[in-house]
Amino acid sequence: MDSLNGLLLARIQFASNITFHILFPAINIALAWCLLFFRWRWLSTKQLPWLHAYRFWTKVFALSFALGVVSGVTMSFQFGTNWPGFMERTGNISGPLLGYEVLTAFFLEAAFLGIMLFGHGRVSERTHLIATFLVAFGTTLSAFWILALNSWMQTPAGFEVIAGKFHVLSWVDVIFNPSFPYRLSHMLLASTLTVCFLMAGISGWQLVRNKHNESTAKVLRFALTVSAIVIPIQIFVGDLHGLNTLKHQPAKIAAVEAIWNTEKSAPLVIFGIPDEQQKKTHYAVEIPKVASIILTHKVDGEIKGLNEFGDAHPPVMPVFLAFRVMVAIATAMLAVSWLGAWFIWRRRSTPPWFNWALVAMTFSGWIATVAGWYVTEIGRQPYIVYGLVLTKQVASNTPPAYIALTLAAYLSLYVVLIVSYVAVLRHMAEKPLNDSPNPLSTREEVPNFPASEMRT
Amino acid sequence: MDHALPMIFMALMGFSMLVYVVLDGYDLGVGMWLQLSSDDEKDIMISSIGPFWDANETWLVLGVGILLIAFPVAHGIVLTALYLPVAMMLIGLIMRGVAFDFRVKAKDSHKPLWNRTFFTGSLIASLAQGWMLGKYIMGLRTGWQFDAFAGLIALCLASAYMLIGACWLIMKTEGDLQRKAERWARRLLPIVAFGILLISVATPLVSETIFNRWFQLPQLILLLPIPLTTAIVLVALWILLKTNSVLSDRWCWVPFVLASLLFILSSFGLAYSLFPYVIPDQMTVWEAASSPEALKVILIGVVITVPAIAGYSIFAYRVFGGKARKLVYG
Repeated sequence: MDSLNGLLLARIQFASNITFHILFPAINIALAWCLLFFRWRWLSTKQLPWLHAYRFWTKVFALSFALGVVSGVTMSFQFGTNWPGFMERTGNISGPLLGYEVLTAFFLEAAFLGIMLFGHGRVSERTHLIATFLVAFGTTLSAFWILALNSWMQTPAGFEVIAGKFHVLSWVDVIFNPSFPYRLSHMLLASTLTVCFLMAGISGWQLVRNKHNESTAKVLRFALTVSAIVIPIQIFVGDLHGLNTLKHQPAKIAAVEAIWNTEKSAPLVIFGIPDEQQKKTHYAVEIPKVASIILTHKVDGEIKGLNEFGDAHPPVMPVFLAFRVMVAIATAMLAVSWLGAWFIWRRRSTPPWFNWALVAMTFSGWIATVAGWYVTEIGRQPYIVYGLVLTKQVASNTPPAYIALTLAAYLSLYVVLIVSYVAVLRHMAEKPLNDSPNPLSTREEVPNFPASEMRT
Repeated sequence: MDHALPMIFMALMGFSMLVYVVLDGYDLGVGMWLQLSSDDEKDIMISSIGPFWDANETWLVLGVGILLIAFPVAHGIVLTALYLPVAMMLIGLIMRGVAFDFRVKAKDSHKPLWNRTFFTGSLIASLAQGWMLGKYIMGLRTGWQFDAFAGLIALCLASAYMLIGACWLIMKTEGDLQRKAERWARRLLPIVAFGILLISVATPLVSETIFNRWFQLPQLILLLPIPLTTAIVLVALWILLKTNSVLSDRWCWVPFVLASLLFILSSFGLAYSLFPYVIPDQMTVWEAASSPEALKVILIGVVITVPAIAGYSIFAYRVFGGKARKLVYG
């Protein structure tokens, strides 16, 4: 029982750290590219609002980056403290992937971040723009390696197991494993939406509090336009990702849909309360046959139920709920961004009630992203490498009391930091622009880059 | 080749840790001096490390990363044995890292709070790192004498960080703050020298293996250059800090270089004391290493990227070369 408590505590500790960590990359992966765009707009149009937008969001980027770095460092230690057996078994695969992330991405971001944030006036505009590009490229590359490893844990490929240890047969198969393209695109789009709704929410707040400035309108139009374009793509990619999961991890889908027994013409459960003991869903609101139609594209398509997997299926309740949270937010995002785009492009402004809606949606990207990760990570349980290595096989034998103590410390720290982060964002949003000494005259030479060069 | 690979990775790990200790050492040292400076000085001090700390901390991730990916078994044992101090260090690093940004972005009335967080985080992280180093040298054994030794190393490492931090400030600042930093360094130097002496005496007393490594002929004579050079560096630093010429632009960088040399020399001594163990007296690099195939894949990446990392890190340091100015977002 003690070791079971230890396992659960270790999982909660790792989950809380990784949940805290993902909040900040979820903003920064896409924000870096937005900053590059803002900077480029400023250099090419010489309109001050773009510069103000760049400066404001650079500060948000710096703050988020610091939080991402410190929680990322924590994670690099927790791989060893919480899951020592994972590296011992899969080190030949996860080692190089993690190593390449540090070598190619981490250093790149960290070294050029200083120049990107504070290098203005010390380096030419061209060098500064290249530094900004390298930071954006680094954050995306970082996501590439991490998601390659995570996807490999979900849909392992390109390996053989000799004496309990994994050995690589093909690196191409390991990296481009079956779920990787879907997971990578899903996450990059999630980051785009997270940052768009953050931008829209903060702009909305500035409008309702009457603290808006000349850049508010530009940022709001940018955020609503991009999210209106991206959200349908995201829903489409999410659907493909689901089909991919059905093919490779049917137990996860069975938990998501709360399908207890294999059935044809399975209904779509809109909501309900899954009960693993009685193996049924209480108070289920269902639409007949729709789950089969969505997942198999056939009215009488068969979907495997949880009964097929014995004990080797994830806990149903958290996966079922998290998935519904994610889908509900995606639906709200679709409605808000399309309505917002319509207001902005047809009426040139947004009505006050709609600004409040934007404020309410400020951190919706965070919630959807975290819920999505819960679906995929809890949905992988009881395995750490799907179908091959159980999580409990790789846990450490650290005394549960130590884990509980540090868990309490980390959790309180994280709560304080999230509250501070939100409070500081609000404070920054309400602060009037302090025009630093006439940027147009102190500016150095402004090279004209063709647009194509900026987007690579 | 397969026999050499674990040694190459041990060297790489040692190199990363050394770079980390020097680079984040001065960051953490500056952080610990914050408590003794005025508000304006705090801004300049933090500006002097602001553009670099992210990249500096990345060397720790690389060092631990190499331990994790090249010596997974040792990584598990070391981090499990040091579970609580690792957590302390991480909490310290989190506090320090977030304070960098919060102190300038939060309400003005909250700034003193974040400054204190910066100081406390730097202090906790430094002490925890020293404690872990001490426990590690002693092969992760438990017992009051090993804990006392770890406590000693914790104090010494924190002092050494404060010394190199003060030397960094001599190089990067001017005027009153620079003179203040010079005084700090001068006061601290005897303590650091005494600490180095104490460690040199205590280590062979507590560890028989290390005693046998050093106190044998002809090793003792061959090794003499290490303590001798250390003594010369200490004396040179002392003389330099006594003169005012250290405040001039021409010489202000020398104390920092000498302080870095102290770290490099200590790490040579440490490397000699411990090799070929990855966990002292318990596990050699060959026993702990991953399979050669994985190490080769990583080595290719290291050979290509580390020179590039060195190149652009130097570029970043040159961009922010000279005396520290207040940082403004472009």
